[in-house]
Amino acid sequence: MNWDAITSSLPTYLDGALLTLQLLGASLLLGLVVALPLALLRASANAWANRAVWCFTYVIRGTPMLVQLFLIYYGLAQFPAVRESVLWPWLSQAWFCAVLAFGINTCAYTVEIIAGCIRATPHGEVEAARAMGLTTAQTWRRILLPSALRRALPAYSNEVIMMLHGTSLASIVTLLDLTGVAREVNSRFYAPFEAFITAAVFYLALTFLLVGLFHLAERRWLKHLRPRTT
Amino acid sequence: MLIEYLPTLLDGTLVTLSVAGASLAIAVALGLTGAAAKLSRLGWLRAIATTYTTVIRGVPDLVLMLLIFYGGQVGVNQLAAALGHDGYIDINPFVAGVATIGFIFGAYLTETFRGALMAIPAGQREAGLAFGMSPLKVLWRITVPQMIRLALPGFTNNWLVLVKSTAIVSVIGLSDMMQRAGFAAGATQQPFTFYLAAAGLYLAITSVSLIALNALNRRYSLGVRTGAA
Amino acid sequence: MPAFALPRIHTMKTIHPSISLLLAAALALTTVALATVAAPATAQERKIRIGVEGAYPPFSEIGPDGKIKGFDIDIGNALCAELKAQCTMIVQDFDGMIPSLIARKFDAVLASMSITDERKKAVDFTNKYYHSPERFIGKVGALSDTSPAGLKGKRIGVQRTTTHDRYVSDLYKQSQIVRYTKQSDVYLDLVAGRIDLAMLDSVAADFGFLRTPQGKGYGYLGEPANNPKYFGYGSGIAVRKGDTQLREDLNRAIAAIRANGTYKKIQDKYFTFDIYGAPVK
Repeated sequence: MNWDAITSSLPTYLDGALLTLQLLGASLLLGLVVALPLALLRASANAWANRAVWCFTYVIRGTPMLVQLFLIYYGLAQFPAVRESVLWPWLSQAWFCAVLAFGINTCAYTVEIIAGCIRATPHGEVEAARAMGLTTAQTWRRILLPSALRRALPAYSNEVIMMLHGTSLASIVTLLDLTGVAREVNSRFYAPFEAFITAAVFYLALTFLLVGLFHLAERRWLKHLRPRTT
Repeated sequence: MLIEYLPTLLDGTLVTLSVAGASLAIAVALGLTGAAAKLSRLGWLRAIATTYTTVIRGVPDLVLMLLIFYGGQVGVNQLAAALGHDGYIDINPFVAGVATIGFIFGAYLTETFRGALMAIPAGQREAGLAFGMSPLKVLWRITVPQMIRLALPGFTNNWLVLVKSTAIVSVIGLSDMMQRAGFAAGATQQPFTFYLAAAGLYLAITSVSLIALNALNRRYSLGVRTGAA
Repeated sequence: MPAFALPRIHTMKTIHPSISLLLAAALALTTVALATVAAPATAQERKIRIGVEGAYPPFSEIGPDGKIKGFDIDIGNALCAELKAQCTMIVQDFDGMIPSLIARKFDAVLASMSITDERKKAVDFTNKYYHSPERFIGKVGALSDTSPAGLKGKRIGVQRTTTHDRYVSDLYKQSQIVRYTKQSDVYLDLVAGRIDLAMLDSVAADFGFLRTPQGKGYGYLGEPANNPKYFGYGSGIAVRKGDTQLREDLNRAIAAIRANGTYKKIQDKYFTFDIYGAPVK
């Protein structure tokens, strides 16, 4: 076992972990911001809006994120029009492509999670809001969304963990995230066990950290749904 | 361009499907074993199963795959040497890929099957035994059919994720759909065309799976009353 | 995707006795499933498994029919014919070559791998089977000074773990080094403009990129980088340390195909010049 290789590479692993977290944070933010309005459309009674959003989530959820990443990273550059457009300074950055691909991917799943929770809202809550004289906008803002978003927490925490793991694909498009660093260390020292186990330990720690944070969040915002202890 | 490479892409689709199918067989077997272990009375068995599912679900597929592909081979060789085996035991990329994906999704299916098993009221089994059915018959006539119904939604979800996960076996050198698309993209310098074709093929696989598994779900849910009905 | 937030179910005290049956059944299933994928390998005649690359034309590439071809591949087949061995070519990304060789995924690496002192610490090499110089490529006329100072702040694309990677990583500290798994991905990003130039084998660059329609407007920049410390002594076939038998056999086979004209036949199929370079002492 060649643990010296790992100790000497630890700072690089930390850099990698930082990049992993940045990619995760940026793509989750992008995904969530876009997912909210789309989820409203997806849960709306308008069949066309509903259908259109469903098409988007169906295609994204039905294809591997790796393909989506390659389409954005290598694929878009195939077209000279894209390379000459104003977006190119952004699209030419590997991290931007990764965030875009991951963001679109998590957006599709998040739309379905939130829309599912909106649809599952007991109708009584809406009736109560109406009876209280709330307008439609008020009902959404004060009743439906807060309630649905809270109930979306457990499923969303799953999604966040999945995305944490998904960011490992960034290593395939030249980025030095945690997995990228591990591959680099393996190919430099030929120490697969040490290199990948170190990365795995980092991922496990991050996973536990995120799970812990979500548990706290659930305790705070889902208090009303906890089984009563006797 | 695309027409010229279509046969190799379709050939790669077959590889993807066989990797997915073989991994599923292993994952189901491991999932059942894991679920049984998790519900066992033996503490150490439960501990092993819990460690397995926690570690696997806490680490990205890609990292596990690289670890098992490179590290696993080194481990197998050392084990073989320790057992006095002089040659090597060959793990080709197909076996490595299938074993890894099977191993990973075995952990997810463990949870699916465990949930399904626990959702079957113990009274039903007791009733079966009281009727004089053998434990085997109880398993076959009462537990399994209901477990299939209860596990199907989770199973469907896991199967779809599994199919998509096979895309990363190209990283360890298996010539699946993704690898073929990648080589074609490099040779023709038309990445968009080929990755889009690959995306279309994956979508076809997942769509057909969804339709088939939904039909199966309807078949197994016959006579089940839901709140909506 | 049930990861951690499974619906929390209270621990059940009663356990199905049928579970033990299930366990037995599941274990049996596992055995069967594993048995079906682990194909038995019996060694009758000599078998050599060779790691090759697949995205490094004209040395190795995968054709529209899905078959691997190229100079490396033809040389490999000729060597195997010479040794009367049954060879299997296993496609592997370059950065995984040495790890896979050490892990015994194959017995030899025939992938235009330069013989360097650093790699010799991990593996053994045969004599060279060709030698061509390493160069920078980029947009024609983009820059003429390819010294470390001249490339300050530029983005240089290389294939990960190649000699070119080591060379620019060590000497071009002021430039940004972007590392790729496949050489063809370097070309894609060069055309896309994500990197300013690439450092690679001159022959691979010529045939794999500069002569293709996409390579229009691109050319060599600066002079060939002659640095034996990094680029070693030509490309050889890597074998596991201590696998002297195979190394000697391959050396003999290389000498044989050089002598009997097979090498020249293969060379003429791809190149109009002598790719072997100066003879080995």
